[in-house]
Amino acid sequence: MDKREYQWAWLMVLPVVLIVAFSAIMPLMTVVNYSVQDIFGPDSRFFVGTEWFKEVLRDPALHGALVRQIIFSAAVLFIQIPLGIGLALCMPKKGIGVSFALVLLALPLLVPWNVVGTIWQVFARPDVGLAGVTLNSLGLDYNYTGDSLDAWFTVLVMDVWHWTSLVILLCYAGLQAIPDAFYQAARIDGASRWAVFRYIELPKLKGVLLIAILLRFIFSFRIYAEPFVLTGGGPGNATTFLSQSLTTMAVGQFDLGPAAAFSLVYFLIILLFSYVFYLTILNMDREG
Amino acid sequence: MGLVLEGVNRTVDGEVFLSDINLTFERGEFNVLLGLTEAGKTTLMRIMAGLEPPNSGRVVEDGTDVTSVPVRKRSVGMVYQQFINYPSLSVYDNIASPLKLAKLSKAEIDRRVRTEAERLGIDHLIDRLPAELSGGQQQRCAMARALVRDARLVLLDEPLVNLDYKLREGLRSELRNLFADRDTVVVYATTEPEEALVLGGKTTVLHEGRVVQHGVTAECYRHPANTTVTQVFADPPMNLMPVRIDDGQLQAEGVFKAPLPAHMRELTPGDYTLGIRPHHLYTGAGDDRVALEGRVEVAEIAGSVTYVHVEINGRDWVVEERGVHQAHPGEQFPIHIDLARAYAFDGSDSLAAAPASERG
Repeated sequence: MDKREYQWAWLMVLPVVLIVAFSAIMPLMTVVNYSVQDIFGPDSRFFVGTEWFKEVLRDPALHGALVRQIIFSAAVLFIQIPLGIGLALCMPKKGIGVSFALVLLALPLLVPWNVVGTIWQVFARPDVGLAGVTLNSLGLDYNYTGDSLDAWFTVLVMDVWHWTSLVILLCYAGLQAIPDAFYQAARIDGASRWAVFRYIELPKLKGVLLIAILLRFIFSFRIYAEPFVLTGGGPGNATTFLSQSLTTMAVGQFDLGPAAAFSLVYFLIILLFSYVFYLTILNMDREG
Repeated sequence: MGLVLEGVNRTVDGEVFLSDINLTFERGEFNVLLGLTEAGKTTLMRIMAGLEPPNSGRVVEDGTDVTSVPVRKRSVGMVYQQFINYPSLSVYDNIASPLKLAKLSKAEIDRRVRTEAERLGIDHLIDRLPAELSGGQQQRCAMARALVRDARLVLLDEPLVNLDYKLREGLRSELRNLFADRDTVVVYATTEPEEALVLGGKTTVLHEGRVVQHGVTAECYRHPANTTVTQVFADPPMNLMPVRIDDGQLQAEGVFKAPLPAHMRELTPGDYTLGIRPHHLYTGAGDDRVALEGRVEVAEIAGSVTYVHVEINGRDWVVEERGVHQAHPGEQFPIHIDLARAYAFDGSDSLAAAPASERG
């Protein structure tokens, strides 16, 4: 291979490098730049070193948001993954039921995120919303705008409604890929339904499940629009998650330095968790 | 004693998968189920195993009607074309799984798993996961699982198809020995005539859901019951040509005319189909050979032989020529038939005359 070809290769990669530079690297560097400076105006800025990081990491409001965020993401995974697997197992395997079920499942995923918030905001209202009125008429004192627990419950149910479909669809695709011979072999062995699930379906789903967990973790950790529209982070700050705290800090209070430092910490947390999941996928891949 | 199928029919959504199957498989016998894809081999096996019920007919095992007995309550081992093992269990646990479900004692399970693993040559891999094995080893593990329970019926559905050539030959030659001393009905489905010949035993030729011939493998090969068998149980298939026998002469309209070979002299005059295997066609002339000409369509070089596809009077024939040869499409190709090696099938498509003995 001669040298000219190598030079051509660099030229061919250039557009991608430029796009990535403009869309990801340069904004990120701007954030890094902001995070170490105190900015008063275009011409008056001071280098503050790790000051903002120290402030952000000590901020009790952010600690609260981080704890809520972790609880929320954990709850999302604990509910949606088993529920998704369970529902995927109940899906029809062939016939017209398949297309019907697939369309039905895809619907929540097609709704814009802030519209999801609006739908549930109306649906769960204790005075006029169908769900809210029904719960109250059953004798439950339900009011998501006043009670923290009710607010959490509503946000979780909304997220389950919005995102479980994704887990179901991934698992369903994984289940469809298992050759029928596996089920036959299990029947011949005399294996129970549970054994078929435990020793055939679950190991075969490992790959898609890890992708589902990864996606659901990242999406839920970044959640913003739905709770913002539904509860506005309230009551109090009971349902204020990380991204909303960040927005308040950056756009509301215009504290660009701390907000930039916080963004970087936030980004690193997601990166760290994703990397752990990624390593797990790589290691489990061996077992197919 | 063994497995008997009586008038088994299977139709799904108006499509006939099997029609009127009557077969007897003896214990301790090696049975080959030979047929092209879609011939009904897998459906027949599923019915024999009890995975699928026949629409009509009976499955009788050792004198007991088991047609409606579900597979769980039968004693069946099955090996598939795909390598089917429990992905998260080690080779040991995979082989042990049917025994555990049968509630055997731990010591007995251990003994049987180790014996079976050793017979299949995977005893050194016993702690590995299936995904850490090669294809051949995975299939050995699946076979060990099917054999370990000493089932009354063992079904092998094209188990060697997904293996490469070398592995396939190795495992195939072991197969007969694996079953040699077992008191089991063994049924082996394949599309490959060569596999049936190597495995021997008895062969059932299945075509479009019907049994076209059933008997000792070599016998089926030497005396194909009809022209369908000549197409299924030979690769490349036997060459066929309509001929007329009259006046001690064998005549193929516009192709050749020759005196009848000895084994066809008793045949009553009339229309017949002549069958001749590709390796009984020669390019060189010989004493008893009848000369004719074909037009080359394509020449396939397969290792040490060349298959020359020729067109003779509108019929596609294959000539097997030893060695590697070039033949160009469109050119004339001289063929010499050894009529002493030819078969004749009568007007109702049954074997009328076969060569006295066959060398190859």
